[in-house]
Amino acid sequence: MATVIIPTPLRKFTNQTSRLQVEAGTVGEIIEKITQDYPELKKHLMDPQGSLRSFVNIFAGDEDIRDLQEGKTPVNPSSIISIVPAIAGGTH
Amino acid sequence: MIVIESNPLDQMKAHAVQMFPDECCGFLFGYEQNDRTRTVSTIRDVHNAKPGDKSRRFEITAKDYMLAEKFAVENELLLLGIYHSHPNHPAIPSEHDRVAAQPYFSYIIISVMQGRIDHIRSWRLNEASQFEEERFSPVHLNQSI
Repeated sequence: MATVIIPTPLRKFTNQTSRLQVEAGTVGEIIEKITQDYPELKKHLMDPQGSLRSFVNIFAGDEDIRDLQEGKTPVNPSSIISIVPAIAGGTH
Repeated sequence: MIVIESNPLDQMKAHAVQMFPDECCGFLFGYEQNDRTRTVSTIRDVHNAKPGDKSRRFEITAKDYMLAEKFAVENELLLLGIYHSHPNHPAIPSEHDRVAAQPYFSYIIISVMQGRIDHIRSWRLNEASQFEEERFSPVHLNQSI
């Protein structure tokens, strides 16, 4: 099963679990499964249209899935999938 | 409430002044007590990765974020949030701050006016995804918390 690393700000929605083991063939399937198991995660990961929110990055190993095959990026049992919030801000 | 030990507080102030008129940014680490009081015991400054004008915006790369999570685990600390500066602007979060903000995190904002620290405030998202101010208390290391 692939390992999914949950970032600190979202652990309140996964019962404080930092790593989830998920059986899936693609990153998209992983997102679908974890948002089914932890429904409160969904609004923090997906926009109302069902796309990945712009302030959320998902990495397969060291690579952003937007640079791979996005949701169709394949995973295997040794895959490490990291959910990484985009941190930004400023005065205006 | 958020308590900031004197060393990390001094480091944040120095970073904000050093980077003026650009925005500085970094991570807050520490621990939470049973009454949910947070104590910032360590900070790590990071590169403001915003391309172009950095005087009104900041960005932290995904790589730096992942390193911060790793640092927290390795040092048995909690990643409590983010600090950044508002050069020549009050320490009030902007709409851009709010849209990009994460639940759970504390957002410390340092107002730097004409290169000098003016004031510091801390904010957190509430359940309605709006910022609420956190009561903020600096302490000296030799004081009991």
